[in-house]
Amino acid sequence: MDNILVIAQIFDGQVKKSTNSAVTFASRVGSFIGGSYSIMALGDDLSGQTPHLSRLGAQRVILAEAPGLDQALAERWVPIIEQVVRKGSYKVVVSPSSSTGKDVLPRLAQHLEAGMASDVMDVSYEGDKLNYVRPMYAGNLNSTVQIPTEVEVVTVRQTEFDPFEAVAQESPVEMIEVPPPPEVLERIEFNDFEKSISERPDLPDAQVVVSGGRGLKSGENFKIIEELAELFGGAVGATRAAVDAGFIHNDFQVGQTGKIVAPELYIAVGLSGALQHVAGMKSSKVIVAINKDEEAPIFQVADYGIVADLFKAVPELIEEVKKLM
Amino acid sequence: MKIIVPMKRVPDPDNVDKVKISSDGKRVSSEGLDWKPNPFDEYAVEAALRLVKDSGTDKTTGEVIVASIGPEEATHQVRWCLAMGADRGILVLGDDHELDASVVARALKKLVEKESPDLVLMGKQAVDGDSNQTAQILAGMLGWPQATFAGRIETPADLSRATVTREVDGGCATVTVKFPAVISVDVRIVTPQAVNNNMIPPDKLNRDGPRYASLTGIMKAKKKPMDRYTLEDLGVDTTQRVKTISFSQPPARSGGVILDTVGELVQRLKEEARVL
Ligand SMILES: Cc1cc2nc3c(=O)[nH]c(=O)nc-3n(C[C@H](O)[C@H](O)[C@H](O)COP(=O)(O)OP(=O)(O)OC[C@H]3O[C@@H](n4cnc5c(N)ncnc54)[C@H](O)[C@@H]3O)c2cc1C
Ligand SMILES: Nc1ncnc2c1ncn2[C@@H]1O[C@H](COP(=O)(O)O)[C@@H](O)[C@H]1O
Repeated sequence: MDNILVIAQIFDGQVKKSTNSAVTFASRVGSFIGGSYSIMALGDDLSGQTPHLSRLGAQRVILAEAPGLDQALAERWVPIIEQVVRKGSYKVVVSPSSSTGKDVLPRLAQHLEAGMASDVMDVSYEGDKLNYVRPMYAGNLNSTVQIPTEVEVVTVRQTEFDPFEAVAQESPVEMIEVPPPPEVLERIEFNDFEKSISERPDLPDAQVVVSGGRGLKSGENFKIIEELAELFGGAVGATRAAVDAGFIHNDFQVGQTGKIVAPELYIAVGLSGALQHVAGMKSSKVIVAINKDEEAPIFQVADYGIVADLFKAVPELIEEVKKLM
Repeated sequence: MKIIVPMKRVPDPDNVDKVKISSDGKRVSSEGLDWKPNPFDEYAVEAALRLVKDSGTDKTTGEVIVASIGPEEATHQVRWCLAMGADRGILVLGDDHELDASVVARALKKLVEKESPDLVLMGKQAVDGDSNQTAQILAGMLGWPQATFAGRIETPADLSRATVTREVDGGCATVTVKFPAVISVDVRIVTPQAVNNNMIPPDKLNRDGPRYASLTGIMKAKKKPMDRYTLEDLGVDTTQRVKTISFSQPPARSGGVILDTVGELVQRLKEEARVL
């Protein structure tokens, strides 16, 4: 019996790796409460994504296709998901804590009169209840919460759940009938999407992240961050100060209000290490900091520090790494 | 135009690493820390003021109401927002550990029914609980459109609707919502040109960040009206949908070594950390 529903994260025609992390969470919950999971996806045309989705060990793959669903408007998505949850008597609904998950799931929870835990990092099972561990206070504390409502809604942190590996067995795929748009849709209109451009991997997926802060002084100077990241096939990150100053697109902000990353290697360049920034990267395996101020708080979380002018140290680092390749 | 800005008081966000867990692991203590308006809510107040007030003159095209659910002491943070320029305050008495996002949203819904605002403009997340749920729940409850994570808001001069640029994964999504609506704001909403109501001349720049309360602002705030309710007065169902069982300390990171040369760094990364 499938009693857990995973809402897939699809962007720009691709099923995001975060979907696989949510599946790992779902399979763990399934082993606790007994039962299995299904995966639901919403979009204009999901034929390209079905092969990926059908190899994630789900009881079934549920597709909702209609023009405009790619826009992921919560007002449009919620009644569609709600109908599936009610019909299938799902007990747990989960999505990655992507911006779509964060936008849609609380509204869905309200429709289902369900409680919701955001950004879940761990799950356990005790005396009939699922216990969710989630971060608070910019990751300085964790809380363990339970959800007493009939349906439990959660978003999960991609970095805390290893992505589910594709299986050979294919899940059956079902297309559902999409209910007509709700009345509220007359009061919201999708205008456009301006994509941030990057040839680098997505921040949460990357094995190496190189982040720059206000110390870079200009968008032009961010090129050395790009260059260093490129050597590792890594992603570029930034602080809020760097984004606010217009050095780089907001999509690259790491922190409490940006992306959460946990790469093998995180290189922090010309950033002070404010706790709102550290909240987004402190689970990285190895942290390197380059900052000219030896008092900068980033050195309190870094494994290796270089106290130097970044405009000297980064080009040197690029040269040294190139020698190894 | 009437705007409600829900505001939560939180322990000083720049010192949350000093928040402590009680010995039984069941409570959080922020003793010794100052209380501040949740930064995102302060940003929402700033955005609301930019929408309806012309700071150069005393001209105003609307009313900004700041509403907080919290203890009596939260009066201070509400007054702070009034000193910034908001017109009126509402305090709904409630104890933090009896609240979750759904209880807060239910209380806000009652206030919306009382006040009939055109817009609820709020923070995208309270930086103590970091839930990021209340705006979406409230919008769902009211059946209103929601524009979350707003980095820019533009309205026509008649303030009938808002075009909102949302900061989302992979870029920026722009939507237009007709009022009444719920908008939640992200950090960029306080950059100089983020709010445009097509009334303020484009060459008149806002400062970067939320405005400070001026001395006259503080004096005026003392006389501004403030309504008080209890959750009971408002008839709010206080059933929580999320129960906090305990708190724990995540593993701390400790500082490592400062190296003298980049060459040494690369060597360590290769041989010791084995990440190269
Ligand atoms: C509600 C809220 C949410 C926030 N969310 C986030 C978030 O998600 N992510 C985030 O990053 N921040 C966030 N912040 C902002 C955060 O508090 C800091 O202001 C920000 O991270 C600082 O960025 P920075 O380190 O680049 O700048 P600064 O703090 O100004 O640090 C710049 C550093 O560069 C160093 N430097 C300068 N020149 C050089 C040089 N030539 N060589 C070497 N080093 C140099 C300086 O010594 C300094 O340490 C948030 C703040 C608030 C209030
Ligand atoms: N106790 C409260 N009183 C007033 N507003 C609140 C309260 N709690 C949350 N909010 C509002 O809801 C937003 C999101 O909070 P949260 O969902 O808790 O992260 C905040 O930025 C506030 O605008």
